[in-house]
Amino acid sequence: MEAASVLERRNFNGLLDALTARGYRPIGPVLEAGRIVYGPIQRDSDLPIGKTDIHDGGMYRIADRPDDALFGYNLPSDSWKQYLFPPHSRLWTATKSNGSFTVAAEEIDPPRYALLGVRACELAAIRVQDTVFTGAFPDRQYNAVRDDVLIVGVNCGQAGGTCFCTSMGTGPQLTDGYDLVLTELLDGDHRFLVRSGTATGADILRELPLTPATPADCAEAEALIEHVSGHMGRMLDTDGIKDLLYDNAEHERWDDVATRCLACANCTMVCPTCFCVTTEDRPTLDGATAERWRTWDSCFSLGFSHIHGGPIRTSVKARYRQWMTHKLATWIDQFGTSGCVGCGRCITWCPVGIDITHEVAAIRTEEAVHAHR
Amino acid sequence: MTTAQLRSEPMLTTPTRVLARTQETADTFTIEVEPPPGFSFRPGEFTMLYVYGVGEVPISISGDPDRTDTLTLTIRAVGKVTEAVGRLQPGDPLGVRGPYGVGWPMEAARGRDVVIVGGGIGLAPLRSAIYEILNHRADYGLVSIAVGFRRPEEILYVDQVHEWRQRFDIDLELTVDTAGDTWRGPVGVVTRLIPMLDFSDTAVAMVCGPEIMMMFTARALRDRGFAPDNIHVSLERNMKCGIGLCGHCQYGQHFVCMAGPVKPFSQAERLFGIREL
Ligand code: SF4
Ligand code: SF4
Ligand code: FES
Repeated sequence: MEAASVLERRNFNGLLDALTARGYRPIGPVLEAGRIVYGPIQRDSDLPIGKTDIHDGGMYRIADRPDDALFGYNLPSDSWKQYLFPPHSRLWTATKSNGSFTVAAEEIDPPRYALLGVRACELAAIRVQDTVFTGAFPDRQYNAVRDDVLIVGVNCGQAGGTCFCTSMGTGPQLTDGYDLVLTELLDGDHRFLVRSGTATGADILRELPLTPATPADCAEAEALIEHVSGHMGRMLDTDGIKDLLYDNAEHERWDDVATRCLACANCTMVCPTCFCVTTEDRPTLDGATAERWRTWDSCFSLGFSHIHGGPIRTSVKARYRQWMTHKLATWIDQFGTSGCVGCGRCITWCPVGIDITHEVAAIRTEEAVHAHR
Repeated sequence: MTTAQLRSEPMLTTPTRVLARTQETADTFTIEVEPPPGFSFRPGEFTMLYVYGVGEVPISISGDPDRTDTLTLTIRAVGKVTEAVGRLQPGDPLGVRGPYGVGWPMEAARGRDVVIVGGGIGLAPLRSAIYEILNHRADYGLVSIAVGFRRPEEILYVDQVHEWRQRFDIDLELTVDTAGDTWRGPVGVVTRLIPMLDFSDTAVAMVCGPEIMMMFTARALRDRGFAPDNIHVSLERNMKCGIGLCGHCQYGQHFVCMAGPVKPFSQAERLFGIREL
């Protein structure tokens, strides 16, 4: 690992300047309509200074911190997939000609994003989507954006009420895959411990007014991570989880969750790994051209499983089971990794507070009871 | 992975045109399409068909894999896109992507007896396998085919089915679920034909039809000594992309578009048993 340096809080804009000077468009946390979301960042003042977010099942609110931390929140409601994999995009356009038509792929010239404030679970989620989008048929648009992305990770300084990254082995510390990683230190002088993970990251650091990190700085950063690890809001026992869910496809708990779930699809929209899309083909008004679009879709929508006779998953039970089993079990068979990184968004943003960790625990406990009979 | 691969649009369709159209039954038709340049396929694979401005739909190939001059697809008009395909006439444009998926185990079947069981439009993807076998007849052992339709008017490829019945190098049994007085063949579900089929215990079975029919057929074959690994069924799920990117075709852990549609019954049985999976 690259030796750590210290960037003083007052020099933080220097980092933003270095990113923009290289042609990157910084995106990071911004406070908007009572929540923290990702948006364009020009100056440090765009960040949610002195704010934090409180998460629980179906509950979210913004609160003041006793300090002026720039990254003192847990996790925005939206995820980086908004940028890497936009909710709505045109894939190609067909044009009528000579009794037939021609097709042209959408021209893509994506902005070069610098993602500022990527948490460990979020980097894990990006890597999960990398696996999805670089398979046998690599996704052109995703990879075009992804290839040029610069990742500025920020280690968590606190765990949220719905976080369980330690259970999923994805956090709270960023260990690799970033260009730069920051740990915000608030004891004494407000400062950042910084490290580079790539040559580009190292180049950027060379332009900043840094001082070498002292052993005390490093110890403080380590203590923070340890504290965060010990204060996860949730926990999920992943032991044998694939077989647990495969063996319990007909468990009564699915009926129980179906009485609570509204099939609103919020969980799939906020989930940083969910990648399902539908396609839409539509002619333009004069019919001279026709376009293919793709839009985020959700396994909670009734039409999702439609085949000629009607939908396969008519019950909410079947739809919730599909979602949770995909996240935690079938994903492992499909992509060699869990589809859940433990970010807790689906718990926070579920209007009725359905909690993936509780649902697994319920199946596990009740299964154990059955097993002992 | 090269940049060129990364940068080509995998969802781009290739414009081509309809060469011929045959109405098979009241709601089912077969179209011949000019194959996109370099197109070739294996029996059981499917294509994504695009109708200008309307949409795209997965259709399995029902033609002869040895013919490169035409791409044959049999389609039941049951939705917006399939109905639009049904309105296309010779010369009309349409788009094709593919072929995609894992088809019938033609290689594994070489040198062995083959049992083919089709229900309704399930005969369409099996027809490609039958062509392949007849084109290379000496490569296979006994070939027994059982096909079932709901009513005599719904028999697909009716002339061809009767022609195959006359052949001495294959055995074809035909049944319908219900029929009027003029029907002279057997009446009943296709699984009832299974006791009449001849095969050795190393035979390979290819089964396609409604899920419930595939399940009962596979079980009946198993009862007659088939190893579940040697029975192949064709899964069906909603498909929006055909290439593992839309998530719609998931059936348990499988992406039907990539790992299927054809799967051994040993893997499909558990899935068939779970309602609304
Ligand atoms: S399933 Fe829930 S906790 Fe897991 S990654 Fe998705 S949103 Fe986060
Ligand atoms: S689990 Fe919650 S967020 Fe997800 S679909 Fe059901 S009600 Fe909506
Ligand atoms: S059809 Fe889209 S993933 Fe299989």
